Amino acid sequence: MSEEKKHPLNKVLIIVAKGSIEDVYAGLVMANGAVMEGIETKLFFTFFGLDAITKKKMNSLHTSTVGNPAMTMPGGIPFPTWLGGVPGIEAAVSSMMRKQMEDLDIPPVDEFMEMITAGGGEIFACKLAVDMFKLKKEDLYEEVSDIITIGEFYEKADGQQTQIIFT
Amino acid sequence: MAEKTYAGVTVNVDDDGYMTDSSQWTKEIAAEMAKEDGLELTDKHYDVLGFIREKVLGGATLTIRAIGKSGHTDIKSFYKLFPGAPLKKATKFAGVAKPSSCV
Repeated sequence: MSEEKKHPLNKVLIIVAKGSIEDVYAGLVMANGAVMEGIETKLFFTFFGLDAITKKKMNSLHTSTVGNPAMTMPGGIPFPTWLGGVPGIEAAVSSMMRKQMEDLDIPPVDEFMEMITAGGGEIFACKLAVDMFKLKKEDLYEEVSDIITIGEFYEKADGQQTQIIFT
Repeated sequence: MAEKTYAGVTVNVDDDGYMTDSSQWTKEIAAEMAKEDGLELTDKHYDVLGFIREKVLGGATLTIRAIGKSGHTDIKSFYKLFPGAPLKKATKFAGVAKPSSCV
């Protein structure tokens, strides 16, 4: 029997381009999980993903209650699309989601990012999107190391066993 | 299931080297396990290992966040104490099961 040599991941680069709770948390959980495994980790936030690193918005992200076929009511009953459009419903669902995550010891966005950077992970903002949304460095969370272009981000993907993940 | 001898004591370990019987654990075993990984344990390490044992043996799910809030260490120092994969290493040296947490 031939012994197969394993090549564990050395580095992951994760790109978050959407700003809903679930898209942002998917990126953060993957990033934090990688840091916990001792994998070099870099996060890149672009387009609506920027909300996750914008001070004013990061801890009050929302989910979409319309056009989300996976959304159900408590008890598994399908979530009517018209209900998702009723004022206040989306906010209530979003806050319920945040509460459920807190119960699982999943931290709020800012604290989660602190955990990632404390473990050596790095957070970057996309220059194009920052310009487009007319944001400044001071609008962004302190743990963001730099505003860079996608080209500069790719340069960070050097080395063997590196993966780029797009959420 | 395998057996390993640390500090003159034979203990049962799983495939990943985690002790399967936490009651067999001693500080000396932890020290030898850590040495295998090239780590010299200090009082600060033992303080954290003690907290982990208390939590896990008490039935709690261990997360990095909980360790950061334990008052024993913050997350940054925890990564420094157990470089690489701190939660996996620390639980191994603490003689408890491999953590099944994603955060």
